Amino acid sequence: MASAQSNRLAKGGLIDRNAPLSFTFDGKAMIGYAGDTLASALVANGVTLVGRSFKYHRPRGILTAGPEEPNALVELRSGARREANTKATTAELYDGLDALSQNRWPSLGFDVMSVNSLLSPIFVAGFYYKTFMWPAKFWEKLYEPAIRRAAGLGRTSGIADPDHYEKAWAHCDVLVVGSGPAGLAAALAAGRTGARVILAEEDRLAGGRLNSDGGEIDGMPAGEWLAGALAELEALPNVRIMTRTAVFGVYDGGTYGALERVNDHLPVPPVHQPRQRLWRIVAKRCVVAAGAIERPIVFSGNDRPGVMMASAVRTYVERFAAAPGKRLALFTNNDDGWKTVEAAHRAGIEIAAVIDSRKDLSQHHRALAQSGGFAVHNGVVVDVKGGKTGVSGVEIALANGGSAQIAADVLAMSGGWNPSVGLSSHHRGRPKWREDIAAFVPEGAPAGMLSAGAANGDFSLSACLRTGHEAGLAAASDLGFKGRAGKAPAASDEAISISPLWHVEGRKKGFVDFQHDVTASDIALAQREGFESVEHLKRYTTLGMATDQGKNSNVTGLAIMSELTRRSIPQTGTTIYRPPHVPVAIGAFAGHHRDENFHSVRLTPSHHWAAERGAVFVDTGLWKRAQWYPIAGENDWLTSVNREVLTVRNGVGFCDVSTLGKIDVMGKDAGAFLDRVYINAFASLAVGKARYGLMLREDGIVMDDGTTSRLAEDHYFLTTTTAKAGPVMQYLEFCRQVLWPELDVQLTSCTDQWAQFSIAGPKTRDLLREIVDPAEDLSNEGFPFMGVREVRLRGGMFARLFRISFSGEMAFEISVPARYGDAMARNLMKAGEPFGVVPYGTEALGVMRIEKGHIAGAELNGTTTADDLGLGKMMSKKKDFVGRVMAGREALTAPDRQVVVGLKPVDKARRLRSGAHIIPKGAAVGPDTDQGYVTSVCHSPMLGQWIGLGLVERGRERIGEIVRAHDPLRGEDYYVEICNPVFYDPEGGRQRG
Amino acid sequence: MRIACPFCGERENGEFTYLGDAKPKRPAMVAIDGGAGAPGEAEAFYDYVYLRDNFAGEMSEYWYHGGGCRSWLVIERNTLTHDIKSVRAAPGAGAAKAGAK
Ligand SMILES: [Zn+2]
Repeated sequence: MASAQSNRLAKGGLIDRNAPLSFTFDGKAMIGYAGDTLASALVANGVTLVGRSFKYHRPRGILTAGPEEPNALVELRSGARREANTKATTAELYDGLDALSQNRWPSLGFDVMSVNSLLSPIFVAGFYYKTFMWPAKFWEKLYEPAIRRAAGLGRTSGIADPDHYEKAWAHCDVLVVGSGPAGLAAALAAGRTGARVILAEEDRLAGGRLNSDGGEIDGMPAGEWLAGALAELEALPNVRIMTRTAVFGVYDGGTYGALERVNDHLPVPPVHQPRQRLWRIVAKRCVVAAGAIERPIVFSGNDRPGVMMASAVRTYVERFAAAPGKRLALFTNNDDGWKTVEAAHRAGIEIAAVIDSRKDLSQHHRALAQSGGFAVHNGVVVDVKGGKTGVSGVEIALANGGSAQIAADVLAMSGGWNPSVGLSSHHRGRPKWREDIAAFVPEGAPAGMLSAGAANGDFSLSACLRTGHEAGLAAASDLGFKGRAGKAPAASDEAISISPLWHVEGRKKGFVDFQHDVTASDIALAQREGFESVEHLKRYTTLGMATDQGKNSNVTGLAIMSELTRRSIPQTGTTIYRPPHVPVAIGAFAGHHRDENFHSVRLTPSHHWAAERGAVFVDTGLWKRAQWYPIAGENDWLTSVNREVLTVRNGVGFCDVSTLGKIDVMGKDAGAFLDRVYINAFASLAVGKARYGLMLREDGIVMDDGTTSRLAEDHYFLTTTTAKAGPVMQYLEFCRQVLWPELDVQLTSCTDQWAQFSIAGPKTRDLLREIVDPAEDLSNEGFPFMGVREVRLRGGMFARLFRISFSGEMAFEISVPARYGDAMARNLMKAGEPFGVVPYGTEALGVMRIEKGHIAGAELNGTTTADDLGLGKMMSKKKDFVGRVMAGREALTAPDRQVVVGLKPVDKARRLRSGAHIIPKGAAVGPDTDQGYVTSVCHSPMLGQWIGLGLVERGRERIGEIVRAHDPLRGEDYYVEICNPVFYDPEGGRQRG
Repeated sequence: MRIACPFCGERENGEFTYLGDAKPKRPAMVAIDGGAGAPGEAEAFYDYVYLRDNFAGEMSEYWYHGGGCRSWLVIERNTLTHDIKSVRAAPGAGAAKAGAK
């Protein structure tokens, strides 16, 4: 049975009393209303104990009503959607919400780990560095698991997140961060001028503190003015209001990161909708109107459940009609705290007393005390009485030396306000201390950013409205918008007065950082041990390093340090602010880029046909390539690959090679251009001919290889390896645009425009004659080796035909526009049926290239020279080319370099493995005797054994030598023979046949 | 970071690839007669390929707009603040080429 909302006020609040929502907290069923946060619903239900602290497992209650909350962190939802460390103060209530408190065992009320509190001497500042230093081996096995269990926050679900996340861009002239009075005034001013405005609000409702503090604007109640302002903004087509959107970071060039919690307020996002959306907002100007955060005062027992920020008490009472207690005491050092007493008094909550650390009391406050019938004490709170579920009273040390005890069930505290300087400091701006408000204000903000209102230290409503208006207008007129901005909205309140009070000495723990359990005595210890710099203080005590990033503790911590070191607060300084200002789930950064969408996928033109045939695919970069095509009865890859190779070598087969990079090189200087980028000559290549080319990097190492054909006087068709298609294109553009702009040449990538198939084997011509128009001469004389020509196909279509061979067989490559690739694959299959044609995949391709000693990626590995690959003679002596000079360096031409050779195990039954090291026979294994390694291997059906290529020191001089293949990774050691890398048909007669 | 490509307008830096310092100039291509290059070319290439200053401040850099018009750009950028002072296309970028008829 649901408990009654014992602490719900009878009227008021921005909640819908006609929309009750049921939820559970630690399994207990409760009721709240639409418009509640989980925290406000817990307050309304009289729940005070909501969690246990990180280190000491102290009972904790709700401290704030906003995103700075350090205590009220829960595990929200269950199963795969369980989300740890969710702030109850920002989690919107929905029907069926289930939340669990964290960091307690076995239950929130009885937590065995609270014994840590007794062990607190070992958990003081620097304990990580001191207590568990020795012996080192105990760390992993004993200390770390124990600490992790004792000190921790929520648990992750351990299950993949079932929801999805999006990323989006937005562009505007003026981004306004925060929709409180300053932000609204800024958005109105800028929007009226015609500037494109985005108003981003973290909360579900626009209005900021107007929703909690009320007041009067332009002669009407704040709520009424707010409704009018929002209506005007919504009517402006150039203004976009984004609620539930937190701006978390400022990046270069006016780019802002923002997280929109699209569906966090629902149990499950509606179908096809994301849970969260990560925005990158490009804004020419930005007005930060993100408000300020009220700071606690440090005194004994300030973390007891029932001690709450004064502004939060006001928010629960005014916005949510939920009373945090029945009898309230206020401890303040400033005027703003008094507003809480006024609000509580209006709501009928009994005021026990106000403890004000300042000597003088204003006339207004004196009158308030009189009408409310409560005492005002000039003094400080020195202890908070009560149990784990709440406050029963406070003990006061009076300024006159006396003391007092007061009974109260809630203690509101106000230590003043810290402007939100996070965003304005993201480009290493260091905030500036303002003595009059005892707070840091923005300084050195990123270009184009202004701060206004409380975020800039202007705390009164009237100043927020005025400075917001001015900032919005300044941002827009700076961009040239001249529309009429109207007058600033007016209010009549006055600036608040504050007299700093950071810390009250006491007998017990007074907390600075509630989330990381850092106390005033930890700061004193850090100071005694020499960790005085704020950056040291932070790391030594972990102050401000919890998920709240010290939003309500950093300034207090450094203020206490400044008192201890007798330096001023500006001298003490702040730590550096970095994005993200609010926690952002990794899922939001990933967006859709996860699982199968982690990267894009490129499919070959024959992919769907290959898939229909049951091809096994392999990822090569972004491409999916057919690796082999199993047929019925074949159960292992080797059987399929052997069959494919044997069919090609004895009959005919074809393979989709469209993934090779293809670049059209055109212009009257195309030949001269290629002469500069290839080590061999291309200007002299005849039209209608192809040539194998090799490119070097400037440092003399091989970059890439491929076959390039001359299709016309001013048109070459260049191919690259699959892996280097992009980099070679980029490099060639660099050569063309930067190095030699005087050459008349243009480059176009056409990799995706052409479907290209290699057709190989002695029956290639038989198959081709079924495809190609009978008038085309495919004989050795009519179409010689390395010839290239456009041919007419049966049916009238044209194709490019290249007589080139990677397999070493009689072969052609046929090329058609990519959209005909699927049809070409089907046609080849059908036309080749009488000749027993087979499709072959990348494995068979690899086997045949190794049998022929052709190099590929494993040999073109960024360490090899042309000569290492056996291609040194290709380097022209008649022309200059990229890499020529550096390739001539001593070390790159040394006779003892590792060069490509063939390798075969002496034991023919043995499998050769890539990566095995080559060691001379009889030598001990070691770095000094290591002479190279195996780069590529395959099982050769032609030789009936495993063969491979390798890079071996002086290899070409050692043909026939037996050496050791030492493979410590796989625990293998065997003998191999160094041999000619061309294992099959070394004379090359087959491809010329 | 946002880069204003002279051909495509202002784009985010994810569309671009960084190469490095635009100051070093490649020694010119030379006529080769029987294998001999230019005197001192080994030292000149050593400078060009390997020697780089480590700038803290404004430098000119090569960037490639691979996610756009495929132009190579020379950008003057402050490595401390990421402020971009100027963006210009490499001499051979775009359709209208210097020197081409
Ligand atoms: Zn561009």
